[in-house]
Amino acid sequence: MDEICTGLCRLMVDSGADAGLAQFVSLLVGVLLVSGVPLLTVILLIWIERKVAARIQDRIGPNRVGPIGLMQTFADLLKLLGKEDITPTAADRLLYNVAPLVSFASVVLIWAVVPFTPFHYGVDLEIGVLFFVAVASFGTLAIMVAGWASNNKYALLGAFRVVSLLVSYEVPLVFALLAPVMLAGSMSMLDIVNAQSGMWFVVLSPLAFVIFYVSSQAETGRAPFDLIEAESELVAGFNIEYSGMKFGMFFAAEFLHVFTNGILMALLFFGGWMGPLYYESPLIAFAWLGAKGGIIYLTTLWLRNTVPRLRIDQIMAFNWKCLVPLSIANIVLVSLALKVLQELDMAPRQLIGASLVDMLPATIVLLIINGALTIYLLGILRRRGKDARREAQAAPVQFARASAD
Amino acid sequence: MNVLNEWAFIGVFAVMAPVFPALPIVIAWLFRPRKPNVLKSSTYECGVETIGDTWVQFRVQYYIYGLIFLVFDVEMVFLFPWAAAYNEMSLFGFVAGFLFIFLLTDALFYAWQKNALDWK
Repeated sequence: MDEICTGLCRLMVDSGADAGLAQFVSLLVGVLLVSGVPLLTVILLIWIERKVAARIQDRIGPNRVGPIGLMQTFADLLKLLGKEDITPTAADRLLYNVAPLVSFASVVLIWAVVPFTPFHYGVDLEIGVLFFVAVASFGTLAIMVAGWASNNKYALLGAFRVVSLLVSYEVPLVFALLAPVMLAGSMSMLDIVNAQSGMWFVVLSPLAFVIFYVSSQAETGRAPFDLIEAESELVAGFNIEYSGMKFGMFFAAEFLHVFTNGILMALLFFGGWMGPLYYESPLIAFAWLGAKGGIIYLTTLWLRNTVPRLRIDQIMAFNWKCLVPLSIANIVLVSLALKVLQELDMAPRQLIGASLVDMLPATIVLLIINGALTIYLLGILRRRGKDARREAQAAPVQFARASAD
Repeated sequence: MNVLNEWAFIGVFAVMAPVFPALPIVIAWLFRPRKPNVLKSSTYECGVETIGDTWVQFRVQYYIYGLIFLVFDVEMVFLFPWAAAYNEMSLFGFVAGFLFIFLLTDALFYAWQKNALDWK
């Protein structure tokens, strides 16, 4: 992207254009090229999402419009274009209209720092990971604004739940992100991928990956954390008053966010474009990244369509009493172990360019530590579960409050 | 690409990002029917008229979670430079980071003991 922008900029200056204008236009072209990827995939994602959900529920899914229903999204788009757009008189008009824009923009903006191949990326910010954390939290803001501005009690309840849920799960998410940053010794996405040449970070720090996976499922509001859109209690939650294209934008943002998380997990934990022959051609590198991200994306869809919804008190307790302490313990143990290994010269100090053999002792030690922590955690959970079951048996049927709000 | 140019890219991207979702909304605005009436644009509550104000102060538990989150999120941002400098760090810096994490954990257990984490 760099060469394209600079090349274009030089070409325009040579042909007599104003230097500032030339720079602006070349940046704009770069932005359109980078954002083209998520904007084009989102059309396909809606179809994939519906098809996969249908297959898991033993249905056929969209199959009428176009071959195997591929044109369904375009038909839906046309339908949404013709829908009346109702703004409730009680709503705060400005915030009500801005919320869907912010929601979608926050997801697209993440792609500014997502590298597609070793040579094709928007920008390689030195604080790439932090940029992702900062931008992604705008999505939470958009949902709160939507719920508040609708001036509807269901919408407000939904928005309150979302904010408490998303905000809580951001803590383990960000803690899990510390692991790849620490291993690579850099916050740049490109450096993090290059540092995985010896060993993928999912092997070095599997618990960080699991924590990131679970909390990103919560961040996108997918089952089992989908009480944002609890249809049975809140009718739809924060987007109840939205209709037409604005409603569609919330959903496009959600679909895209799930896929974006898949790609990010591939980059941070699964070596990004690393794979056989990736250095031969950028196309192969891009295919590897797409394949890894796609598989992770499909597993999140699988999870979403398989597990039931949890209650809000259960979700919160799981986060604050299990995931957060676990993520802290994980960071402490991994950093301690890696430092000791580095002092003993059993692990390379610089992972970029390290080979598989260099990484082997560190891998084994870290795997044992992660395994021990997992077994310890499962032991605690098992004991807690037993206690809870015994209590439930001792006391006669006692229904929990139906709505925890 | 120099540093300023990188952030110029981010700046242009940030301006363009809301334009992408705005485009279909504007196109829909050109084509969509406009037939508002009083009932249609009233607050939707399954046909029942809404009673009382929506914008009220409500349920302190959400606020407590927000407070705990604020503590953690702000402190976690400080941990990122520590993690990024991990490979070149002196022992002092390393221990200082641990002290920081320890205080953070301490805060979590304090909140836990105070039953601030329980959904009431």
